[in-house]
Amino acid sequence: MAEVLVVVEQLDGVVAKPTFELLTLARRLGDPVAVVLGAGADEAASALGQYGAGTVISVQDPAFEEFLVAPKAEALAQVVQSVQPAAVLLTSTLESKEIAARLAVRVGSGLITDATDVRSDGSTTQTVFAGNWSVTAQVRTGVPVITVKANSTAAEAAPVDAAVRELPVTISEASRTARIIKSEPKKASGRPELTEAAIVVSGGRGTGGDFGPVEALADALGAAVGASRAAVDSGWYPHSYQVGQTGKTVSPQLYIAAGISGAIQHRAGMQTSKAIVAINKDPEAPIFALADLGVVGDLHTVLPAVTAEITARKS
Amino acid sequence: MRIVVLVKYVPDATGERSFAADGTVDRAAADGLLSELDEYAIEQALQIADEGDDVEVVAMTLGPDDAADAIKRSLQMGASAGIHINDEAVHGSDSLATSTVLAAAIAKAEPDLVVCGMASTDGAMGVVPAMIAERLGWPGLTFGATLSVSGDTVSIRRDGDVASQTIEASLPAVVSVTDQSGEARYPSMKGILAAKKKPVQHWALADLGVEPAIVGLAAASSTVLETTPRPPKEAGRIVPDSDGAGSAALVDFLSAGKYI
Ligand SMILES: Cc1cc2nc3c(=O)[nH]c(=O)nc-3n(C[C@H](O)[C@H](O)[C@H](O)COP(=O)(O)OP(=O)(O)OC[C@H]3O[C@@H](n4cnc5c(N)ncnc54)[C@H](O)[C@@H]3O)c2cc1C
Repeated sequence: MAEVLVVVEQLDGVVAKPTFELLTLARRLGDPVAVVLGAGADEAASALGQYGAGTVISVQDPAFEEFLVAPKAEALAQVVQSVQPAAVLLTSTLESKEIAARLAVRVGSGLITDATDVRSDGSTTQTVFAGNWSVTAQVRTGVPVITVKANSTAAEAAPVDAAVRELPVTISEASRTARIIKSEPKKASGRPELTEAAIVVSGGRGTGGDFGPVEALADALGAAVGASRAAVDSGWYPHSYQVGQTGKTVSPQLYIAAGISGAIQHRAGMQTSKAIVAINKDPEAPIFALADLGVVGDLHTVLPAVTAEITARKS
Repeated sequence: MRIVVLVKYVPDATGERSFAADGTVDRAAADGLLSELDEYAIEQALQIADEGDDVEVVAMTLGPDDAADAIKRSLQMGASAGIHINDEAVHGSDSLATSTVLAAAIAKAEPDLVVCGMASTDGAMGVVPAMIAERLGWPGLTFGATLSVSGDTVSIRRDGDVASQTIEASLPAVVSVTDQSGEARYPSMKGILAAKKKPVQHWALADLGVEPAIVGLAAASSTVLETTPRPPKEAGRIVPDSDGAGSAALVDFLSAGKYI
């Protein structure tokens, strides 16, 4: 059967959940082969094997850490030349989308980004125009390069033994131009990763700057915290938690929007959530049109009451 | 120094956006405008021009006749000149063909720096800047929350999820900036009047040496098989929060959905 490359998202060998989803989708197209760009392949191998990757290709080069994106794309192009896969799947992160873009140019392939489904014939589904339209598309030139959004499918195990194979690559001078001269790690929130979480609780301008009630409810639910751009622009919450067109796209089982009006650019980032709850004191807020349940009220009363009830039920 | 800012004319996101029969964006369905995310790119370029001597800011667009509006708006904001690439053969081009045409146009315009928005507000792929950098073999510094140029060095701050990075490269380079880079200015009355006298060049594929056969819908490397509007969401339950009824309904909802 044809091989399908899956580019692994991992940190120190700990594989991110969307990679397991990709492996699950890859099995519809052929035999998944995982590619780890950078250190961590040996540590990641057994987890990748759990989801059907019989082969883990380990590609390492110091340029991956020293320069932005281009070296990874060049390396991946060499993996594609060597493996001749039926398709390449990547997660829709900022970096991986860019790797995908550069790879498509390098190998002369068609590119589909932000797919929410990949079928066995290679056709994909995307939601566009802020989630208002659904598009089915298919690559018809070269090895299809497809990036898939996190939470698009449920990861299903299919255990095999994973063998790690080193693949040497050569990185040209042309890829060593955008140098990373400083990197300041960000503090982890200790909560689930926003794009991967099953539940997201987001706060907007209606929080008035106090995200305490939003965070407390999120913690009671084991959820991630999100924010609208208005909240981020006001400096109330970091930009990496922004949901929407210029932030993250999330597709959780449940999205709770508190004090968020529901502007089109915000909806672009959350409209595909399976269930949506809105808490807003304005009964006319557009967010209510999306909500499975809407509570018209002050979030500063509603959220703490809900959090207290959940905590009471737990104990 | 010459800066080329890539700008796109897009259907208004707050209007009724839809698809034409050939699977391309229906430009007649909604009013068009300069993609808001490109305004941040123009702003950053203008700030470099404000601070430096002899900096020329050229707004470049690829699009049909009405895309001239995107150039016009850029000139009103303060860009010094425009380049409008307009060729019927381009209709329906995918990101790969778009980047081919733009890379050829940039090579012809010979800028020191190319500044782009982080993504268009219609296609929203966010890949064209990286593709152009790859095609030109220039450094690509993407998703900058800040942008600065000093001498022939350009640098950005890129705020990722795990780290905030500072990236540096030598010119010429391709940069994209995010909506975190700072509010874009509004055109002033003076800017609007001045824009009328600014030069706009019109280029076709032949001027760029790009074969029409490799662009457009027929040459696209992926095909749209189907476009369907999302069915309108069924109205949910709306509960006013009087006497705690709202929080009780929410707890019931969470419990019924097995979220707690
Ligand atoms: C190019 C572009 C990109 C953008 N990208 C994004 C993006 O990625 N993400 C994003 O979110 N936005 C984005 N925006 C901004 C977007 O248009 C809206 O301005 C923004 O989403 C509004 O945030 P908000 O809902 O928190 O604030 P508002 O629209 O001000 O709404 C606040 C809501 O809180 C309610 N409220 C106030 N007090 C309370 C209370 N005590 N209890 C309950 N409810 C209360 C109000 O009734 C109101 O509905 C973008 C805009 C542009 C132009």
